[in-house]
Amino acid sequence: MRRRRFLAVAAGAIALPAAAQRFQPAQDIRPLIAEITGGAQAQAGGIEVELPQIAENGNSVPMRVRVASPMTAQDHVSAIHILAERNPRPRVATFHFTPASGRAEVTTRVRLAGTQPVTVIAALSGGRFLLSKTDVLVTSAACLDESL
Amino acid sequence: MLGRIQVPPSVKKGEVFEVRVLVQHPMETGFRRDVNGATIPLNVVDRIACRIGGREVFSAELGTGIAANPYLVFTAVAETSGTVEVAWSDDRGERGVAKAELTVA
Repeated sequence: MRRRRFLAVAAGAIALPAAAQRFQPAQDIRPLIAEITGGAQAQAGGIEVELPQIAENGNSVPMRVRVASPMTAQDHVSAIHILAERNPRPRVATFHFTPASGRAEVTTRVRLAGTQPVTVIAALSGGRFLLSKTDVLVTSAACLDESL
Repeated sequence: MLGRIQVPPSVKKGEVFEVRVLVQHPMETGFRRDVNGATIPLNVVDRIACRIGGREVFSAELGTGIAANPYLVFTAVAETSGTVEVAWSDDRGERGVAKAELTVA
């Protein structure tokens, strides 16, 4: 366990400075979040995001998002938004759910142009929003941009 | 356009089951150039939706941040047997559909 943690930190120390210079700066995604939530304050937490701590290949990063919800007509998750602030187009995907979805859960593979936090916003049927940020260290970024 | 979906052959009424979708698509970002230096135009599967017995249970808008050959796993519940139909379209207007029969025991 201790060795594993050391390896993760060591890999981060080597990859970070190089990555930070090569990739475009993170964009301000706050207007995008405000557009999604309609200005409402999003609560932190309540979203389970499975992403690798270190992604070797930014072209295909497995990702799973789960929001605990009874998924009834009155109380369900209506949408899950994924935002990646260092991608040239930060809006990665939007998933829409219905009570017939059974669970608010989705698995996919995303592209990440460099080490960055991945923001997930869940829209609940009651007009509330949940937000979570997960950091991913990308050792080889997706070629989304000519600047790479 | 090629794509596959996978659902369990038989589920119980009201049981939550997984639907797996794999679409063959390059998901061109619009940032890449070909060998002659010309920009390869943006072309991604931008919309995908799943209907069971004609009723939409799940849909998604995808962008350039989704990996090539988009792979999606989501869940659904069904009350009666029917066809699970996943339909998608890309920026060039090409459409694809994959179907599977679902038996609700």
